[in-house]
Amino acid sequence: MDATNAKGNVPMYDAPMRKAAVDVNENKISAKDVQVYYGETHAIKDVSVDILDKTVTAFIGPSGCGKSTFLRCLNRMNDTIDSCRVEGLIALDGEDIYDKRVDPVQLRAKVGMVFQKPNPFPKSIYDNVAYGPRIHGLARNKAELDEIVERALRRGAIWNEVKDRLDSPGTGLSGGQQQRLCIARAVATEPEVLLMDEPCSALDPIATAQVEELIDELRENYSVVIVTHSMQQAARVSQKTAFFHLGNLVEYGETSQIFTNPVDPRTESYITGRIG
Amino acid sequence: MTDATFTGESPKRHGSLTASDARTKRRNASEKRFRIYGLAAIGAGLFFLVVLLSAIISNGIGAFQQTFIQVPVYLDPATLDKNGNRDPADLAKVSTFGYTPLIQTGLYQLVRDAGIETDYEDAGDMKALISASAAAKVRDWTLAHPDRIGDTVEFEILASSRVDGYLKGRVTRESIAEDRNIDAGHLDLTDALRESGALHKSFNAEFIFGSDASESRAEQAGLGVSMLGSFFMMLVVLFLALPIGVAASIYLEEFASQNKFTDFIEVNISNLAAVPSIVFGILGLAAFIQFAHLPQSAPIVGGLVLTLMTLPTIIISTRASLKAVPPSIRDAALGVGASKMQAVFHHVLPLAMPGILTGTIIGLAQALGETAPLLLIGMVGYIATNYPDGLVSGFMSPNSAMPAQIYEWAKRADPAYYERAWGGIIILLVFLLIMNVIAIVLRRKFERRW
Ligand SMILES: Nc1ncnc2c1ncn2[C@@H]1O[C@H](COP(=O)(O)OP(=O)(O)OP(=O)(O)O)[C@@H](O)[C@H]1O
Ligand SMILES: [Mg+2]
Repeated sequence: MDATNAKGNVPMYDAPMRKAAVDVNENKISAKDVQVYYGETHAIKDVSVDILDKTVTAFIGPSGCGKSTFLRCLNRMNDTIDSCRVEGLIALDGEDIYDKRVDPVQLRAKVGMVFQKPNPFPKSIYDNVAYGPRIHGLARNKAELDEIVERALRRGAIWNEVKDRLDSPGTGLSGGQQQRLCIARAVATEPEVLLMDEPCSALDPIATAQVEELIDELRENYSVVIVTHSMQQAARVSQKTAFFHLGNLVEYGETSQIFTNPVDPRTESYITGRIG
Repeated sequence: MTDATFTGESPKRHGSLTASDARTKRRNASEKRFRIYGLAAIGAGLFFLVVLLSAIISNGIGAFQQTFIQVPVYLDPATLDKNGNRDPADLAKVSTFGYTPLIQTGLYQLVRDAGIETDYEDAGDMKALISASAAAKVRDWTLAHPDRIGDTVEFEILASSRVDGYLKGRVTRESIAEDRNIDAGHLDLTDALRESGALHKSFNAEFIFGSDASESRAEQAGLGVSMLGSFFMMLVVLFLALPIGVAASIYLEEFASQNKFTDFIEVNISNLAAVPSIVFGILGLAAFIQFAHLPQSAPIVGGLVLTLMTLPTIIISTRASLKAVPPSIRDAALGVGASKMQAVFHHVLPLAMPGILTGTIIGLAQALGETAPLLLIGMVGYIATNYPDGLVSGFMSPNSAMPAQIYEWAKRADPAYYERAWGGIIILLVFLLIMNVIAIVLRRKFERRW
């Protein structure tokens, strides 16, 4: 089936309810000709993409296509993998993040990350959230820190569940609660970009809905990039969607357009469930 | 039914659930056999453990008891303080030779007062009953209490090792036939004194805290000084091997990039752990004594050698426990903008702590029991008779170590030392047991879920 046939069809998924005026937003991150190698494996090939400010961008694509790899390039988490090599240009607010002078620690304070598997520290719930603000010196005293923690937990949609047991270990929460705790931890440092690698894969529909609501709120101030395997989720929360396939960025555009009217036949096959 | 045609005969391929078929029976029988082998192996292990422990205890427990004689000694001013002015300098001039006759006379008096019949006419004839160390003990006490000169003071004096052996069954009337140190009359006397209550066996703290003695005074020898030697060596090992080992492991595990060079280091560390300890001994002899001119037989050298030996153990166990910390914890810390060092010190290290501590204590326990390298740096064979007089001399002056002392005792001709060697083993094992318990407690305490 070729792409033109899909044109004019009824939407395959609920059209995004919130279509912001994406075009007026400026670029937050722009990647140009990015190549990523794991040793000999060429995991990301020639990817160029502009990620907008105050926008949710979804990365979709079959397993192993390089979504996580590319996401981890955006805050240099790939530095921790010895065999990983990144080429090309990735700029945050016009500054090359792979420049020699850039300290990845400062970068990661600006570009926060939520991982696929919930990974709270084996410390109290409070300490989990307070850790980032503490090491970045965001609070001058205990009261301010308390305030930051509460705000972050509220934004993580978990405050009501944990407000009475902030001292109990974060690892004692359920999987979904842990993931929301991790989201709270990530927003507590006030990043400008939030990268989320399949944040809802361990969550039930209710928690998923809460996280999606949160993502929508975050969009007011941040640029959010979310990797997801759920087409519905991508359609619901994102304004821009990027489809990856075998390390290539096949198609990138308005979410509504990708889901209703994909240009590339591979995109269409994927979102209709024929490749994956 | 396809099933029926497939099996040929009955539509029911599987028989009743309550009757097991031949194949299941065979399988169950082999499982049962395997369980029996396992039980037998554990049983054999336990049996040997019990044999070992009971041998050690039955051979060594005697060393903790020693025979004493309650002797009233008249501190005769005529020999001890000729000038009569109690001047400490004058008192100190009287050597142990001055005290020996006083003690012998005291014993003679004791025998006479108790109404014991004996052929010995002279006080000196009974000296075989008393340890040669008695004079020094009385002298030390007298120098500390000069005002008591002229009084008769009752001393609890060590019996000689022959008398002690007689009470413990090691020395018999047959075995002393050739012995020039003691004869049957002395044993009669021992029996009589025992009946009178003046001679008795009691707990001997000197064995644990005392110093080693010359070959002929087994009754006096104790493990205390060499215990201090071991203690100072363990201090050196702890304060060198732990920080160096942990720092090296953290660097290798968390910071070093994976390449040929780090692989090479890794292989070599694993190999070092398997190097015989005597190799470290000769290395220590060459490097620390012959090259660096550190004193021979000194705990500092022993500690350095044992540090070399313990490092691989600590590094291997530390790296293993760092590896066991899930990488997601590091990602989490880096993800909120922690530096690599913050991630390691705030999150990874605390989680790895129980493993590191366990490894360290096991390494220390190994080092504590190590004897071979001490041979080469002169700690084995050194007679540890003097307590170190301070921290510096504790590290720098010659000493022995517990296992070296035990080896030394086992080597000596006098059978009385044999018992002390076993007794030393008991003390060493108690230390190892304590260290292992500490390791377990620490692990329990620091263990956390993640
Ligand atoms: N640490 C690594 N070392 C070597 N190869 C890796 C590593 N991580 C990922 N890869 C390879 O890179 C490619 C892309 O992996 P990536 O994890 O980015 O996929 P993904 O799109 O996130 O998949 P999924 O949806 O299953 O999470 C895969 O072929 C994978 O085998
Ligand atoms: Mg992934």
